[in-house]
This record gives sequence, structure tokens and C-alpha cells, in this order.
Amino acid sequence: MVRFCSHRFTRVTAISTTKHDPWIVLDTARQVATPEGIEITLRVAGPVPRALAYLIDLLIRGVVLIVLMIAVAALGEFGKALLLLAAFSLEWLYPVFFEVMAAGATPGKRVMGLMVLNDDGTPVRWPASLTRNLLRALDFLPFLYFTGLCAMIANRDFKRLGDLAADTLVVYRERKPAAASIPVSAPVAPPAALSLSEQRTLLEFAGRSARITPERTAELAEIVMPLTGQNTGEAAVQRLIGIANHLIGRR
Amino acid sequence: MKQATFEARYLAEIERFEKWLDLGPKQWRKTQNDPAAGLETGDMPAAYRQLCQLMALARDRQYSPDLVDRLNHLVLRGHHVLYGPAGGQRARLLAFLAGGFAATVRAERKLVFTSALLFFGPLLLLLSALQWYPDFVLHFVSPVQLAQYEEMYDPANARLGQRDSDDNVMMFAFYIWNNVKIGIQTFATGLAFGLGSIFYLLFNGTVIGAIAGYLTAVGHGKPFWSFVAGHSAMELIAIVLSGAAGLKLGAALIAPGNQTRKAALIDAARPAIRIMYGAALMFLIAAFIEGFWSPLKSFPVPVKYGVGIALWVLVLTYFLLAGRKRAA
Repeated sequence: MVRFCSHRFTRVTAISTTKHDPWIVLDTARQVATPEGIEITLRVAGPVPRALAYLIDLLIRGVVLIVLMIAVAALGEFGKALLLLAAFSLEWLYPVFFEVMAAGATPGKRVMGLMVLNDDGTPVRWPASLTRNLLRALDFLPFLYFTGLCAMIANRDFKRLGDLAADTLVVYRERKPAAASIPVSAPVAPPAALSLSEQRTLLEFAGRSARITPERTAELAEIVMPLTGQNTGEAAVQRLIGIANHLIGRR
Repeated sequence: MKQATFEARYLAEIERFEKWLDLGPKQWRKTQNDPAAGLETGDMPAAYRQLCQLMALARDRQYSPDLVDRLNHLVLRGHHVLYGPAGGQRARLLAFLAGGFAATVRAERKLVFTSALLFFGPLLLLLSALQWYPDFVLHFVSPVQLAQYEEMYDPANARLGQRDSDDNVMMFAFYIWNNVKIGIQTFATGLAFGLGSIFYLLFNGTVIGAIAGYLTAVGHGKPFWSFVAGHSAMELIAIVLSGAAGLKLGAALIAPGNQTRKAALIDAARPAIRIMYGAALMFLIAAFIEGFWSPLKSFPVPVKYGVGIALWVLVLTYFLLAGRKRAA
């Protein structure tokens, strides 16, 4: 009966149903089972934020190298040696070091809110990080990570060849979610029994009501005539929030 | 149970866990047995499992997404801490060097022999052929490069294998930068069904064989061989091992066996990267020898040959014998 659920709302519930659900194909959410028998949700990152993260890292590495070049200019041959060693380390060891020692993210990935994880959601260690970063030599070919890009768009986890071999994922670092935010109001019993998905939709609506413009919340609330009754506008919103309060059991 | 009751009962516990996570690793060590920290570090696994259960309940009961997201976030963070890097890295590294590396290489001996054939085959072939037809070298190396090599190995130089203007430390750094890069390329391009590794092995074997053969044929043999003798074992075997590691990746794609190609690749990457650890270390040692020992002219030629042969024996013995007990 309640028909105001946009596709985004239904999708959240769809994830836990079947593997061949059409929504899942287009979704970047990945469910990872842990040894505790539960599933945690990861969101894989696509080529664009990863390319930007790479560019930021490239910039940082370039600046470090230029600064070093100026600093060691006076040291002659020994300076040249330092420069070569630095160039080598920045090219091959920089990403490995940060991915293992700094919570899965090079500075560029950190800026873009990304991190590298093993496929099972655990942090990467030296072997996996080294595998994915040494294989950059292949992903880069023939120019500008063309091979890597082709691999990324050919599989559903956006893995370049290095990620495929190392069994790693690049995911969005989860931001700390806002604290539970269903506004407190006098609970109102719904006029009819609601199904679980309807209840969940109402809870989502109530939780987000503070983050959407009042006009839009009112518009959304008015769709659910059977629940709001004669109320319109702000009153309809308040009624739905009241029902949500009833559903989560506030007294 | 309604969500409000659930929150009233468990929110304190959830917040306690969150507060502990916020402390970070340094504080965890400090407050290990300090009850004031809210959660003792040793209690973390139990608290984490409890949190997992709370999240499963919250999801199953369709509590509000805010709460479920928050629990998911905390479980994810707890998961990273609990299954994060373990200690004992140093002991594992020592065990790897003491024999694990040799055992891994022996386990892949078919690929190692294939790789060695691809590299040493053209090398030895050209080396011997050029003794009769030195001009044949021009098919492989340009005259400009050849002149550079002749200059490097001129018997009149003060040092071997380097121009007089080159500095030891600089050359050491250059060898690392250049040789490890070649090793990585040889390894990584093996993922392309082995083709890249095969190319780099054949290519490097050919060039090295051509230059060695030519220099020997035109009478620069003594400075050349006494220069390369010292680091040849480490460097050449490291290149062969890089190639073998690359072929391992390629072989997994060509013949994945009773697995998907992806799963076969992941399985193959583990021993391959272990071989690469060792190969990188060998490149490092080779660069050190090549930078500081090989150019020395103050030692008589037989001593330099002797050291070179000793290192070959040492390296081959290591790969034949080390780690047998552990692997068995």
C-alpha cells in the first residue's frame, strides 16, 4: 500500500536477498562475511577517485624529489646517489610503505577517502601490498595505466591486474556515521499493520528528515495518504515521525 | 525487542567499544590493564564478538538504518584491529632467509629451469658464437653503445667496468635503481601469459651475451670478466628468479587447473612474491658488490675470479640445500 519508497530505499533491503538481484549488479556495495558469521558492507571505489589519488601521490613524489634535488645539489656524486635511491624508493616502496603502515592508504588515497583492503575486509600486509604495487609495472602499460583501466572496467570490483593477483580491493574509507537521528516526538500508532519493509522505509524517512529540505519532506510525506490521513505539509511529516517513534518503541 | 529498549540496554556498551577504538594503538598498549580505559585491551575480542552479535540482531530486526550503519562502521573498525598486522615479522623474515626462500625456489624448480634456459641459452650461445664472428654483435648492439662498453672496459682504466669519472656510491645507487627495475619488469609483465617475462629474459640474455662475447673477442676479456665475476652470481640468478616468478603468474592464467583463472592467479601470486622478496635482496647485494668490490683493480685477477666462483658455489649450495628440513 505504501508506495513512496524511491529506488534507493528498496535497494538497501535488496542487498541481503539474492545474489542475482538486478540491483546488486549496479551497486558498489560488497558484503564480506567475517569469521564471526556476520556480513560487513564495503563500498568499492571506481577508476576516477583512484586516478585522482594517484595524481596527488604523483605530485607529492615529484615535489619530494625536486626538493631533494635542490638539497643534495652541493653533494656532487654522493648527492646523485641519494637522488637515485630516493627515486627508486618513491617509485616502488612509497605506496607499499603507506598501505601497510598507514591504515591502507597513501597520502593521495587518504585525501580521496580511499583505502586498500584484502578481499576479506582485513588490512593489507606486506606480501599483498607488494604484489599489487609491483604489478603496476604491467598495469601502467602501454601508457597511463591503460591496461589497469581496461581490467578495472572488466570486473565488478574495479580491480586492476595488481588487485586481481594480490586479492585486494580499493574501498571508500567509512566515515563515522551521524548519531541516530530520528527526532523525538510523541509516538503515534499507525492506522494499519505495516510490513517490515514499510516500517524500514518509514524509519529511513524519519532518520533523514532533518537532512532534507522541509518542502521536500512535506512532499514525500504527503504521498503516504493512508498513513497521514487528513494532515498535509508539516503536520503530515510530524505524523510520520510520530509513527517512526512508535515503531522504534519510544514511549 | 523494540529499538528504543535495545538502545537503552546496549548503547553504553557500544559507546564503550567506540571510545576504546578511538584511543588508538599507542594508548591501547599504555592502558592494557587499566580498567579506567573502559575496556581492557585483552577484553577486546570478546567485546568485538558481542558487537557483531548486536549488529546481526539490529539488522535482522530492521532497526533504523542510522543504528545499523553505526554498528557496521564499528564492526568494520574492530575487524581491522582484530585481524590487522600480527607481530613476529622479524622471526618470519629470518626463517625466510635461513631456508624458506630456497625451499620456495626449489618448489618452483621447473619454472626456474625454464627461466634459466631462456636467459642463459642466448647468453651462452652468443658468447661462444662471437668468438668466431665478432662482427655479428652489430645485429644486437648499436656501434655507439659498443664504443661506450669498450671505453668502460678499457684495460688502461684506473678502475674496472666504470669510467674514471664514475663514483662508487653513485654507481651503487644506479645499479639498484636500474637492476631492480629490470627485475620488477621481468616479473610483472609475466602476468601477460608469461610473454613479458620471456621477452625480458631473452632480451637481457642476448644483450649480455653479445657484449660479453664481443669484449672477450676483441681482447678486453680480462678487465670485463674480473669486473663481472664478483656480482655475476647474485645478479644473474636474481634475474632468472624474477623471470621464474613472472612465469608463475603467466602459467596460472594459461593452465589454471581445477580452479577459476582468478583463484589460480591469487594462489600463484603468493609464492611468486616470496621469490621476488629474495630476488630483490639478491639484486641489492649484487649492486653492493658491483659498486664497491667489482671495480677494484688492486686485487690480482685470479683473486677476483676466485671470489666470483666462490659466490656462485655459495649461492647454488644455498638453493640446493637450505631449508630442506623445514620443507620436509
